[in-house]
Amino acid sequence: MVANNRPLSPHLQVYRWGLHMALSILHRVTGSALGLGTLVLAWWLMAIAAGPAYYGQFQDFILHPFGRLVLFGLSYALIFHLLNGIRHLYWDMGLGLEVKSVQRSGQGVVALSLVLTIAVWVGGYYAAGRLS
Amino acid sequence: MRTPLGKARGLGPARNGTAHWWAQRMTSVALVPLVVWFIVSIAALTGADHATIVAWIANPFTAVLLALMVIAGFYHLKLGGQVIIEDYVHHEGLKIAGLMALNFACAAVGLASIFAILKISFGS
Ligand code: HEM
Repeated sequence: MVANNRPLSPHLQVYRWGLHMALSILHRVTGSALGLGTLVLAWWLMAIAAGPAYYGQFQDFILHPFGRLVLFGLSYALIFHLLNGIRHLYWDMGLGLEVKSVQRSGQGVVALSLVLTIAVWVGGYYAAGRLS
Repeated sequence: MRTPLGKARGLGPARNGTAHWWAQRMTSVALVPLVVWFIVSIAALTGADHATIVAWIANPFTAVLLALMVIAGFYHLKLGGQVIIEDYVHHEGLKIAGLMALNFACAAVGLASIFAILKISFGS
């Protein structure tokens, strides 16, 4: 197997644990969760297209505590992945790669993703007239 | 004698050099504004009834933005999922099966989403 003679990146265990590592893994986890979440998006769109009766079924799911938990998880995953994805794109331009910057932008992503997720839910409940 | 480009071509687990990487960045950049718009819109629509949501999606601006987000999103998922499969699945046959499943799923769920957007837009 010629392919196996190519140099490989070092094994995972040589890296030191830290925020950067957790966020790197979380980017992959949230990307995968969002991949599954596309089923909810497609179900939502198909149910709307199929008519009010089908949409009612979707609403029953999303209003159930388990449905809300799924939706909350997906909203956090999307917002985290969005913010951390912007961080990735910034790195791809060769910017913010110093250890200090990586650490600080990582902390920023963690804080901002939590704040924005809560803001979106407060805004959502407000729009639904439950908080007015 | 091979040039550096000639040597790089066809490498990588998917044997496609840098094209994959570049497409992943393009879809990421496209998704930033589309997803921000989507999150804000959906939050504002919380609790809306069927007729209100149909009217929102039937608006051509909404329909086109939604369709763009779906296309960029599923393409991005196909590319991202491919990297994950290539990282974890080393058995050649299983890898090909996994990549096929990923591609079929992205095509099917993406098409369902686009079809639904069009059907809502053009009315039943
Ligand atoms: C909201 C806008 C988004 C941005 C800015 C974004 C950005 C990115 C970037 C830059 C990467 C590459 C990370 C790397 O080089 O390791 C990536 C990976 C990925 N993204 Fe996204 N993404 C977004 C939305 C999504 C969505 C909606 C999904 C799911 C449908 C998704 C699924 C994935 C997956 C599965 C990966 C692969 C993760 C990995 O290789 O570890 N992303 N994303």
